[in-house]
Amino acid sequence: MLEIKNLWARIEDKEILRGINLTINKGEVHAIMGPNGSGKSTLAQILAGRETYEVTEGSINFKGNDLLDMDPEIRAGEGIFMAFQYPVEIPGVSCTYFLKSALNGIRDHKGQPPLDAMEFLSTIREKMDILGIDQSLINRAVNEGFSGGEKKRNEIFQMQVLNPDLAILDETDSGLDIDALKVVASGVTQFKNPEKSVIVVTHYQRLLDYITPDFIHVLYNGKIVKSGGKELAHKLEDEGYDRIKNEADSLQSAEESTV
Amino acid sequence: MSEILTTEKDNDTEDIVEAYTKQDYKFGFVTDIEMDTAPPGLSEEIIRFISMKKNEPEFLLEWRLNAFKHWQTMEEPEWSNVNYKTVDYQNIIYYAAPKKKQTLDSLDEVDPELIKTYEKLGIPLAEQKRLSGVAVDAVFDSVSVATTFKEKLEEMGIIFCSFSEAVTNHPDLIKKYLGTVVPYRDNFFASLNSAVFTDGSFCYIPKGVKCPMELSTYFRINTAGTGQFERTLIIADEDSEVSYLEGCTAPMRDENQLHAAVVELIAHKNAKIKYSTVQNWYPGDKDGNGGIYNFVTKRGRCEGNNSKISWTQVETGSAITWKYPSVILKGDNSIGEFYSVALTNNMQQADTGTKMVHMGKNTRSNIVSKGISAGKGQNSYRGLVKVLKNASNARNYTQCDSMLLGDRCGAHTFPYIDVGNTTSQVEHEASTSKIGEDQIFYCQQRGISAEDAVSMIVNGFCKEVFKELPMEFAVEAKKLLEVSLEGSVG
Repeated sequence: MLEIKNLWARIEDKEILRGINLTINKGEVHAIMGPNGSGKSTLAQILAGRETYEVTEGSINFKGNDLLDMDPEIRAGEGIFMAFQYPVEIPGVSCTYFLKSALNGIRDHKGQPPLDAMEFLSTIREKMDILGIDQSLINRAVNEGFSGGEKKRNEIFQMQVLNPDLAILDETDSGLDIDALKVVASGVTQFKNPEKSVIVVTHYQRLLDYITPDFIHVLYNGKIVKSGGKELAHKLEDEGYDRIKNEADSLQSAEESTV
Repeated sequence: MSEILTTEKDNDTEDIVEAYTKQDYKFGFVTDIEMDTAPPGLSEEIIRFISMKKNEPEFLLEWRLNAFKHWQTMEEPEWSNVNYKTVDYQNIIYYAAPKKKQTLDSLDEVDPELIKTYEKLGIPLAEQKRLSGVAVDAVFDSVSVATTFKEKLEEMGIIFCSFSEAVTNHPDLIKKYLGTVVPYRDNFFASLNSAVFTDGSFCYIPKGVKCPMELSTYFRINTAGTGQFERTLIIADEDSEVSYLEGCTAPMRDENQLHAAVVELIAHKNAKIKYSTVQNWYPGDKDGNGGIYNFVTKRGRCEGNNSKISWTQVETGSAITWKYPSVILKGDNSIGEFYSVALTNNMQQADTGTKMVHMGKNTRSNIVSKGISAGKGQNSYRGLVKVLKNASNARNYTQCDSMLLGDRCGAHTFPYIDVGNTTSQVEHEASTSKIGEDQIFYCQQRGISAEDAVSMIVNGFCKEVFKELPMEFAVEAKKLLEVSLEGSVG
């Protein structure tokens, strides 16, 4: 599905990613954890095609194609979805209209005919029921005046409707109370199947109680410093990031001193 | 009606397309239409000549001459926030008899690029033909549609005709109402118009009649082109209602650089007038050469109690727009509304807004202005809310939002508020936003292209105004914004 090789990226003069290697197969759920500023959100944004970051080295292959070569809307058409950490407000544009344009944009990319209003409504109705999304919410302007929980739920709702192959959740758990967290997690669990892959970017272990990852990677200073199974999350919960930071830092200085 | 005077448009189709594709404009203003009579320049003789040609009654000639005398004492206004080369008023031809324009046999003869623009705007086939000068066949004959409508209107006693026809057939109404809302002394451009206006529209809705259809210049025979000095007069008698549409979303080209129109609306007791405009004249090339100067005086008077006048405008064309559709709220409990979208791209400049003058008790006014600036466009909102001493309990709400695309354009707001009593309430809200990279990225991440994202965001921004437009007009206006914004995303 996704293969990241030796990815380096910077914003202006600041190096943020320093050689990321990561392979994600179909049906796998990967969690990317790490302290603030470790580069985990940057990685998510680069996968989605944000131009603020400059990729200086490395490659990303998605379903056999060079991902870095594609505009963000092409990536969406190819099956990448990112749930935003801070979903953006678009005043005056209703959720329904927005989502219909998005879905038909993706369908167009795949060479499928656009859905008409009736077909679209029946597609979304089912997903609305699953996530307990109210009709009045989707009649409102995109994210405008939404509570934190509503915004995140709307992201997961969009994910379900657009039905991507790779879903990236960028700190979707931040700012959610436990009930909202459960709703979001159950949305992701329903989405999961052997054909789909999920990347969960999070600072805390708590979301992983509800979405069970197959792999956990710890990002620090723009590198994956530790990878493991789901037990790694609990270890981090107990020990915090300090131990990993210290290990990584001493490794770094050891490397430097041997040069 | 051979006396109908319209200034024929230069129908060089390629030019229209170029105006929209933002390429350089190669051919200049080619005038291949033979002009009849009247040398350039303005004098009393010319005005007498125009009036004679049009067989006008004495009172109208006198009115024109008075306007001309007054105009000569006036200075061209310089207070607006626009810059342009001064107009040489002695170098304008004020009377040109219309010549038949060349008709083509089918749309196949029309530049395919132009057809593409029409299709983007969703203009129906029959209308495409009319606009590009193709002879319209019997099945789609817009004239016959117009005739049917006209008969229906006549049955109800509604008068809807060209201004010249009204002068001939209803001189009493013209005499009674002309210049009662916009007097010939009003301002430089209105005075000029009063002296030399060629034609325009006239509409009278009798007592108690609700006009069953939207009146549009499109359905009026004999006025295919827009005159340079157009004059419109609409009167809604007691308890009547009318919705009037001006303009067309199709690209409008005209070799006349200066346009100075006057529109007067009068609403009697309990009457309602809704006036919607879509203006899409040639804006000039991307460096600001050419393009129409649109200096319009539009004003309505809520004469009777409980009357209502509502202006809705979508302004995307012209090099310079100078326009303040206003309402004088004379009758008690009368309502004035102004909904506006003004878009400036490339080198376009717009100084537009409204004036709401509260005279009657419990009068209300509502102003919603949405300015969008792209390229190097400059967009100013200028609005006056004036509440006179006797207008107790008057209320006004003004919302004035600007949106910037890119960092070379500008948005300006000049609100003037003048309240003469203590029982009134005036509210003004203003905002400026920049179309965000995050908004565009969010849309793109969901599969929507950057260009579609911009038009979606801009349309969302204008929603409050578009919902005031009649349905079909709103659909066209959305598409028009898309076309006008083409190429504004880097």
